[in-house]
Parts: sequence; structure tokens; C-alpha cells
Amino acid sequence: MRNSLYKKNIISINDLKRDELELVLKKSAILKKKPEPGLLKNKIIASCFFEASTRTRLSFETAIYRLGASIIGFSDGNNISLSQKGESLEDTISVISSYVDAIIIRHPQEGSARLAAEFSNSIPIFNAGDGSNQHPTQTLLDLFTIKETQNRLNELNIAMVGDLKYGRTVHSLTQALAKYKKNKFFFISPDALTMPSYINDMLLENQISCTRCQNIEEIISEIDILYMTRVQKERLESTEYANSKSKFILHTKTLKNARNNLKILHPLPRIDEIDYDVDKTPYAWYFKQAANGIYARQAILSLVLIENHF
Amino acid sequence: MQINKLQVEAIKCGSVIDHIPSQIGFKLLSLFRFTETENRITIGLNLPSQKLGKKDIIKIENTFLSADQINQLAIYSPCATVNYIDQYNLVGKIFPKLPKKIDRILVCPNSNCVSHNNSINSSFIFIKKLNSMNLKCQYCEKEFSKNIVLS
Ligand SMILES: [Zn+2]
Repeated sequence: MRNSLYKKNIISINDLKRDELELVLKKSAILKKKPEPGLLKNKIIASCFFEASTRTRLSFETAIYRLGASIIGFSDGNNISLSQKGESLEDTISVISSYVDAIIIRHPQEGSARLAAEFSNSIPIFNAGDGSNQHPTQTLLDLFTIKETQNRLNELNIAMVGDLKYGRTVHSLTQALAKYKKNKFFFISPDALTMPSYINDMLLENQISCTRCQNIEEIISEIDILYMTRVQKERLESTEYANSKSKFILHTKTLKNARNNLKILHPLPRIDEIDYDVDKTPYAWYFKQAANGIYARQAILSLVLIENHF
Repeated sequence: MQINKLQVEAIKCGSVIDHIPSQIGFKLLSLFRFTETENRITIGLNLPSQKLGKKDIIKIENTFLSADQINQLAIYSPCATVNYIDQYNLVGKIFPKLPKKIDRILVCPNSNCVSHNNSINSSFIFIKKLNSMNLKCQYCEKEFSKNIVLS
């Protein structure tokens, strides 16, 4: 298989073609079974977190160490001399790109990873989250987990619950799953936090089925994947929050009619949207999903940095 | 036709942007930075037009617009025509076509978009919808209806 990801920037899940997604998933599965600790020996990777995101950073850093590469970088842009001296993102990236083989960037502004790629002198950029826009490795690990648990990425019924308006993980995952045939989506959210129209339009244009539902019980017996996200209190009027809260919290009793193959995913951190009792059910898969993040990130890093894999 | 021509002084050599919807002429002047020139510019606002009812017209002496500039005109005034004049004669007539991409002149409505940084030019691509036209920011990847970006 030709590795078309070699030297590519990983900025947005939309930039990846379906066979490139397949390549990452295949490599993730290989690395999960058979670690290749020397794969990126001699490579140096910069981890540039202009805003703090401990989970994502630790996941990336673990992936890097498991592949035998070294890391330089910073974990909170507010506390580094770069920001205190007022250096622009463009200049920072331009300088760091002369030190390393790849740059992972997390930044609070949308589009910053794309901008970084314009100044990185062809050193690959990995977007680890740009504001509310994209977080492609999250989507890759979501896809990997879905494929691993369902053995396929098509003909699935997927429910997405919670903040569908601002939740970038659900937007990207929907975009990625829309590349596969015959998936059906069920959206469950407060009225103020429904899927943005560009996602609904994309589904409509591609004639992909999507249904808005009132609560999880309604569809629990039909779905293969239940993707939960958090509703932040500050996004809603207090009355709407009070009214909608119970509808978007998952209890074990909600799972009464669930299919055997149902898996519950969540990008974490969880606050109170999944009851702790649910963790003990066979459906709870969010911690395994988080663990899969390491393999998905190992896969994408190695595919971008090494041409010949298979 | 003859009456129209007389309402704005003829130019010897340069470009005439005609059939601009009224109220848009001034906007074009600033957006396309036509005013950043030493050349003589004549502008007619709210002139009678058979096609549009009322129209604006811009004449710029000794200046020929680039193909990019002409196509970008189509965003604001889809029926505009650009006439090239030499020695008072019409030597070319161009109908702008909507471009695939538009750089620099628009501002991303997303206030947290990195394109607001001083050193960067905005960049949008056109996305045709069932019944409308959207613009998608190449940086923040957000899609907006054309009217939101243009207003
Ligand atoms: Zn933007």
C-alpha cells in the first residue's frame, strides 16, 4: 500500500481521504498488537502547546516515547518567554521547524494549525486542537475504536448526545463517518445546542440519514455507538439547563434495551453526563477509547514521518 | 444608451466597470483599493439602468484590472461588465465569473479566527449549496452564507 500520508500535514480530518483513514486504522491495529519501539528512533518532535491540554499532550508524548523519538517543546503558551516577548506564531513555528522533524501544535485560535503549516518550511504539522475547529487525532482514535468494537465503519447506527453545537469531536466524527456507506445518525441535544447547519447540510447533500431525537431511551435499542459529550452549564439558560439536564445523562436503566454490541464512547473528561454505575457495564468503552488514542497517534506520527511501512 | 454615456465623463484610456448594482459602487472602490492610485477615477452613483433600474459605474484611467480582480467583482456585482477603453474606443468587454477562491478582501466573521492576525491574508472558497452560495474560511474552516461575509 502506498503511504500517501508521508510528509503530509495533519490539520483537519477533512483533508484525509478515505483510504488514508484506512491506512491509519490499519497501522493503529498493527501497533496495538506489535509495538515497534524503534520506529522513530533519531527523530525529534516538537510539542507546542500554546494552551494547556494535559490529556492530549500526555497522549501525544506517550505515543512519541513509545516510538523511540525525542521531544522538545512547551506545555502552556502563557508561561513561556515566546508569548511574553510577543513573538508571532508564524515566527515561532518558523524557528522551531529548523530544529525538528515534526511539530505538534495546540492553539486557542481556529485556523492556527493551518497557518503554522504555511511557515513550517515543509516540516509536517500535527493539529492537536485549534480552538473550536479541528482535532483530527481525536477523530482517528474515535474511528479506530469504532472499527475495533464493531468490525466495520459502515452500516452503523450512531447516536450523538450532548453539546452538538460547540462539540468539535462530534462534528469531525460525523464528517469522517459520512465518508462511509449507509451510516445512520441520531442527534440528541438541547434546542440551543443542536448540530450546526453545515453538518446537517452535508448529510442532506450526501443523502445520509440523520434524525433528531428527544432522549436516549427512544433509540437505545437501535444503535451500535452512543457517543456522549458534555453539556457545559454556561452554554444554556439556567432554566433550559435544569429542564434538559436529565435527558442527557446516561444511567444504567437507560441501557435496558441496548443491543449487545453497543459501545458508549466519550472524548473525556466526563463530568456528570455518564453515571459512574455505567462504567461497570459491558457497554462502557470510554477509557479503552482514551487508551486507543496512543495507538492512533503512534500510527499517524509514524506514517507521516516514515515512507515505507508495509 | 447615449444619455447614460453622457452622465459620466468618457475616459481616453482605462477601465470602466459598468452595471454595478446601486449602493455597491462605493464599497467596491474601498474593497478593491481602487482609491490607492494617482490615476483619475470617475464614479457615477444611482444612474438609470435598463437592466438594474439603478446602477453605479466606476471609470479608472490608465488602469487595467487583473483577471483575479475582475472575477472578484462577481461576488458583489454578478452582472457587472468591465470595459477596456483605448483612445476613447471600446477595445475589450469582460463579464466577471465567480472565482473558486477569494483572497485578501473579505474578513472572516469568526472573531476567534487566526486570519485576523495582522500578517495574514484571509482566504475563502466558494461552496455551492442547493439554493444558495456559502463561503468557507480556509483557516478556521467555518462556512458562512455569502451575505454574512459580505455585509
Ligand atoms: Zn476564519
